[in-house]
Amino acid sequence: MFAPAPFLLKNTSVSQVMTQVCIALIPAIAAYAWLVGPAILVQLVIATFTALLAEAVMLYLQRKPLALFLPDGSAIVTAWLIALTFPPLAPWWLIVVGTFFAIVVAKHLYGGLGQNPFNPAMVAFAVCIVSFPALMSQWPNVGLQASLTEQINIILGFSPRVDALSGATPLDAMKTALKLGDGGVDIAQLLANQDIYGNFAGRGWEWVAAAYLLGGLWMWQRKLITWHIPFAYIASIVLISGALWLYNPAQFANPLFHLFSGGTMLGAFFIATDPVSGCTTPRGKLIFAAGAGLLTYIIRVFGGYPDGVAFAILLMNLCAPVIDLLTQPPIFGMKDEA
Amino acid sequence: MLMNLFKFKGGVKPPTNKTQSLTLPIAQAPLPSRLIVPLHQSIGGTPRPVVQAGDKVLKGQLIGKADGWISAAVHAPTSGTVLEVAMHVQPHPSGLDALCVVIEPDGKDEWIIHGPLDYAAMTPEAVREHLQQSGVVGLGGAVFPTHGKLTASKTVPMDELVINGAECEPFITCDDLLMRERAEEVVRGIGIFRDLLQPKKVLIGIEDNKPEAAAAMRAAVDALNEPFLVVQVPTLYPAGGAKQLIRVLTGKEVPAAKRSTDLGVQCFNVATAYTAWRAIAYGEPVVSRLVTLSGNVHAPRNYEVLIGTPMGELLKLAAPHPDTDGIVMGGPMMGFLVPNEQVPVVKATNCLIAHSDRVFPPKAPEMPCIRCGACAEACPHELQPFELYWFSRAKNFGKTQEYHIFDCIECGCCSFVCPSRIPLVQYFRFAKSEIWAREREKNAADGAKTRFEFKQLRDEREKAEKAEKLVKVAAAQAAKKAAEAAAAAAAESGAEAVETVAAPITAVDAEKEAKKATIAAAMARAKAQRDAAPARNTAAVTIEQQHAIDDIEARRAVLEPAPQTSAAPPAEKAE
Amino acid sequence: MDILLAIAIMALGAVVLGAALGFASVKFKVEGDPLVEKIEGILPQTQCGQCGFPGCKPYAEAIAKGEVDINLCPPGGMEGVQKLADLLGREVKELEAEEKPKQVAIIDENICIGCTLCIQACPVDAIVGAAKQMHTIIAPLCTGCELCLPPCPVECISMEAIGENLDNWKWKYPVVEIKAAVLQKAA
Repeated sequence: MFAPAPFLLKNTSVSQVMTQVCIALIPAIAAYAWLVGPAILVQLVIATFTALLAEAVMLYLQRKPLALFLPDGSAIVTAWLIALTFPPLAPWWLIVVGTFFAIVVAKHLYGGLGQNPFNPAMVAFAVCIVSFPALMSQWPNVGLQASLTEQINIILGFSPRVDALSGATPLDAMKTALKLGDGGVDIAQLLANQDIYGNFAGRGWEWVAAAYLLGGLWMWQRKLITWHIPFAYIASIVLISGALWLYNPAQFANPLFHLFSGGTMLGAFFIATDPVSGCTTPRGKLIFAAGAGLLTYIIRVFGGYPDGVAFAILLMNLCAPVIDLLTQPPIFGMKDEA
Repeated sequence: MLMNLFKFKGGVKPPTNKTQSLTLPIAQAPLPSRLIVPLHQSIGGTPRPVVQAGDKVLKGQLIGKADGWISAAVHAPTSGTVLEVAMHVQPHPSGLDALCVVIEPDGKDEWIIHGPLDYAAMTPEAVREHLQQSGVVGLGGAVFPTHGKLTASKTVPMDELVINGAECEPFITCDDLLMRERAEEVVRGIGIFRDLLQPKKVLIGIEDNKPEAAAAMRAAVDALNEPFLVVQVPTLYPAGGAKQLIRVLTGKEVPAAKRSTDLGVQCFNVATAYTAWRAIAYGEPVVSRLVTLSGNVHAPRNYEVLIGTPMGELLKLAAPHPDTDGIVMGGPMMGFLVPNEQVPVVKATNCLIAHSDRVFPPKAPEMPCIRCGACAEACPHELQPFELYWFSRAKNFGKTQEYHIFDCIECGCCSFVCPSRIPLVQYFRFAKSEIWAREREKNAADGAKTRFEFKQLRDEREKAEKAEKLVKVAAAQAAKKAAEAAAAAAAESGAEAVETVAAPITAVDAEKEAKKATIAAAMARAKAQRDAAPARNTAAVTIEQQHAIDDIEARRAVLEPAPQTSAAPPAEKAE
Repeated sequence: MDILLAIAIMALGAVVLGAALGFASVKFKVEGDPLVEKIEGILPQTQCGQCGFPGCKPYAEAIAKGEVDINLCPPGGMEGVQKLADLLGREVKELEAEEKPKQVAIIDENICIGCTLCIQACPVDAIVGAAKQMHTIIAPLCTGCELCLPPCPVECISMEAIGENLDNWKWKYPVVEIKAAVLQKAA
């Protein structure tokens, strides 16, 4: 009988890690369902089901044991992130296409768990927003009074898509207003419109972002993530948005707005921290996240899309291996030479 | 003790499992039925056996003479008869065998004549020599011959002497009890090391989960009026690793490429200090050591065990449960399963853990690496284990060396925390042994190439010299003939020219003819010998000659016991 | 006009780059043929002649010229063939001869007559002896090339395989088939 040391191991496993990530997402899902509508729960179900099915098929094709790999929970985390970043009333097939692409192409075609160079959820988002830009920008107005049954009907395509769906996110609204205003609009005036912008960053959405922050802090306390990535991401957004806001507060929103709107908090704690596609050395993590934050802001303000989290993270995923190579920390005993 | 302690990054806190073997004091293990004493029990050269089957030995008698500077002698653990000097399975993960001296105890446990040495009159070289001849090696697990570590660096002054009483690995408690019960002798042994190395400070590091041991050591230090500092270090695995303890106590970080003496610090285990004292004060060589018996047993305890005791017999003293399915030598973080129950206890054996699925639950299967970085956070040498894993798995050994694989101390912290249950240390061991094997092959190949080129050079040189010689001989002969011809026919002036032209041609022919003649003569001689001589000159021998031949054969049987082993003793060592 | 300007710029670029390349090929030229040295570094230096060449260097030179196949060296084994294939970008082929485990030669001293023929035959000077004196093979220096066996007139040399011992033992590659591990757990 051959068994190598160590003979006693710490009580941890991949599925434990993934389960804790899902638990950290629950406050945000609850806030989402309460404030924006229960459609998110339906999307979560569709996404989870598709993800597990796609994963099972791919594992079977690769002759890997399903009993071992299916319960590891990584597909479920990807599915939940997709459901949270796509519009809640998106048609069911859009979620299915996105999830399918994430699991099959972005994850398994690169080799499966631990081998994907790009974050699968962000790949799905990028593919869908480029292929179906209209559908991906139809967000519901907050406080939509449609019941759960009506929302399900809309998702499944049984009811027609009504005007109540063609609202934009707060970020989108601001971008459009700025463009239309062509320099003559003052952001402070815009933000006064509480129907769209809520208290500081978007009616309803700001609390969802706060819930992401809460979940992220819980993950940090449980040592699932280190402080480097969230800190660097948030700090870089604060720095650049703060600098530009101080320079011209009429044209550039304040840092608080940028932090709590869109996918900033979700990206900082849940997406950029994906260990497989990100950097692993401490300095590398800081550089990676700072770069992602910078790119997010630039795409938001100067680029073509209302929210740049997905593309920013994908671009930094490209650089992650080189950043890792160049930021290898000095080892024990070699710090003087390094 | 108000001392500024340093920290090392990483480390883990496994459950210690030490209390069960601390309830009772050290007991003497009874004499086993046989003692199988391996000759190679330390790093370095293999000692040569100086006894043979049938010899009667006394306790402490030399049975293996040290071979070279980095080598330590081996002694008979008890009095009895040598049954055989043969190959036996070693307590090594490979299950391979090596030469051992098997002794049957006669029950009397009779010592050789031994007594205290006049330490005050001994020179440092004499002390080191005596320690080598007494078989004193590092008992913390590395079994490096201690005398080889007792010379300070010529260029760097010795600042600190660190004594390792940390014993960070779970289950193991032998050093703890040694310090509690025999603190005075340990401190005296430390004094010997201090005398040889002349450090500015002596620091004894003990983990803070051993308050009684620390108290006993402090009391002994005070009683002997020594300026040693007993320091309690935070309990964290692997604080007992030599480099980690040096870092915690002195702040110095020793990389793999340097020796600790180059930074002015040296580290010894408390048990090593104890055996050094016994060797000097009583003249006792190393014949026994403390072993913790723990794990799936009824009565875990520490025993003083003779080297060479079969492990199965020893473990019976602790009454293992029936579902025990193996014996782990060492602790749960760095130990290994021994190949079978008959393997002997060696100087490196600090603990035997009875293995069963209850004590050590079977591990979940290995999943792919998710690059979570938990291993890099746990590594006490601040390496990147997951990078080393990817490169070792891909057999990209150049990259593993770039990422400092030889700095890995195989402590197991990375495998401990990995959520994917990857046996990371196994990959690193694989990579290291492959790299060493390749280096050996490369050195052998380079040596072969050098010798081949020199041989070609030599052959050509010989050929050239021979050709020159033959030319000279032929020219001399031709000159002689020419002189005669000139004397005989002085009028013919053209004859000389003809003769000199013919000379070079005949020189080449003469060389070939000479060679052919030599070879033919040799072959003829060999054939004649073969035909004429009797089949063997051993056919008709006198009795004295026969006795002499038998002695030689017996000695050869000892040195080359089985025909299927390698043809000559191994010459290179891996370290 | 625009198109003439474009063509002129492209031509200028080509001239500049060509000059740079020409300059580099002269200034940074490497003397000798490093490829032969690299190939020789991969070959095991047994100097046995089983490849048909009188030594490893001639074989390396022939490979570098592209005259012969890379699978003619049994002492290098399939690993050597693989390394040569990686270096040269050629296809990996099965070895021509059968791969034997590493061996060393040993002289039976009872039979040896001290003729020195094997000493002359050994390409790496691994045999010690003199005329009418006992010959012996220094095992660590022996490469297992078997060139000493034919010249011996009394056939006292034999080959023995080097077994695994504690000095040359290596840890095994820890990758196991996933299926096997799961079956073991179930069992």
